[in-house]
Amino acid sequence: MTRIVLLGGGVGGSMVSNQLARQLKPEILRGEVEITVINESDTHVYQPYFLYMAFDQAVPADAKRPERAVLNNQIKLVVGHAERVDREAKDVVMGDGAHIPYDYLVIATGSRPAPETVPGLVEGGHIFYTEEGALKLRDALAEFTGGRVLVTVGVPHKCPVAPVEFTLMVRDWLDTHGFESSEVLYTYPIGRLHSLEPVAAWATEIFDQRRIDSRTFFNVETVDSEKKTVTTLEGDTVSYDLLVAIPPHLGQDIVKRSGLGDAGNWIATDRHSLLMQGTDNIYVLGDATNLPISKAGSTAHFQADVVSSNLVNRIHGGLGSVRYDGKVFCFIEAGNDEATYVKFDYQHPPKPQPPTEMIHLYKLAFNKMYWLSAAGIL
Amino acid sequence: MATEAKIIDARGSFCPGPLMELIKGIRQEAVGVVLEVWSSDRGSAKDIPEWVARAGHEVVGNVEADNIFKIQVKKLR
Repeated sequence: MTRIVLLGGGVGGSMVSNQLARQLKPEILRGEVEITVINESDTHVYQPYFLYMAFDQAVPADAKRPERAVLNNQIKLVVGHAERVDREAKDVVMGDGAHIPYDYLVIATGSRPAPETVPGLVEGGHIFYTEEGALKLRDALAEFTGGRVLVTVGVPHKCPVAPVEFTLMVRDWLDTHGFESSEVLYTYPIGRLHSLEPVAAWATEIFDQRRIDSRTFFNVETVDSEKKTVTTLEGDTVSYDLLVAIPPHLGQDIVKRSGLGDAGNWIATDRHSLLMQGTDNIYVLGDATNLPISKAGSTAHFQADVVSSNLVNRIHGGLGSVRYDGKVFCFIEAGNDEATYVKFDYQHPPKPQPPTEMIHLYKLAFNKMYWLSAAGIL
Repeated sequence: MATEAKIIDARGSFCPGPLMELIKGIRQEAVGVVLEVWSSDRGSAKDIPEWVARAGHEVVGNVEADNIFKIQVKKLR
């Protein structure tokens, strides 16, 4: 029997396992293939809703479904803490001591915001990249009394358009809640407003129209929660009344415990095959890789198609030759009930379109349709 | 160019891009380490040194071959 184990049941793990379960159904029913998903939680969370939760436009229940309900019935789900991957024994060692053996391992463990890596940030800043943080920020906005809203961006971070989206949405929120005179100051680590040049050009124009100030080359080194200031690696100190920080992210600790990653717990991954470098039976996708591409659900989505195609092909006797081309697609909420999108890959830069109401409505619809993506259908 | 460097292969990276990949490397590596960023974006040869100067690190190499820019940066603080 061929055992395929997926570590992580988020976007990448759910999509790959569901695609495999459908395409390998005859082999599974004959007992020739077994697919197991290991997930820390019994709940699947659609993280893009956190942004909306911060503005009280969604509540946690909107973002959650039981992981079991997301996965095909042919998939075995193990809910529990995975301690480490033992490459020599080819198994995953669970926190309770159980061993889950694999022939093929798919690592889709994602990333996590790590505000604790910036001194003072946990005490002085708000984040909307977790459910708890988004709700805390929602409450802070409800009690906001005016002043400067400072947005900072750590490196690396997932969902690279979320900082721009948040900034436009918070300007909209301030203007409609009696805080037209409050300042929004957006900052960014490099010398323009976004890593994607066309998005940076678009943001420059729209920020000007919407009275949003900005600073570049701004990498937060420390936060002083008593004085309400941030100090950067570049030597600037800026005050705030409400600090909204996109913190630097780290790969998951299991990567470190297993000795699979670099200093940030990112796994060295072949950019085309998505095999962990130096292996022929461990695939890595989504945020967990060290690839220089956006950490986003859509990245995991397009990578899932490659990983599942190659696994099915290899189980059928092929070589697994489908290559990932670096494709990423991101919606960008623009505030004022409008949105746009960008699409790019390793060879082709993005060309953003002007924001429209129709794209905003499609994004809202996709938030509902996401569950078809996780099911490996859409 | 330094002979021992940790490679950051950021070819074809539009987002987050070569400079953001370098900042990630600088944040997670120890003082004294040399990072070598590979970029297919001509702008990197200019914007990486600009940030490195502002952040107090040092460019120890900057070469181009076959439209790939290789920029070495030593972490100083």
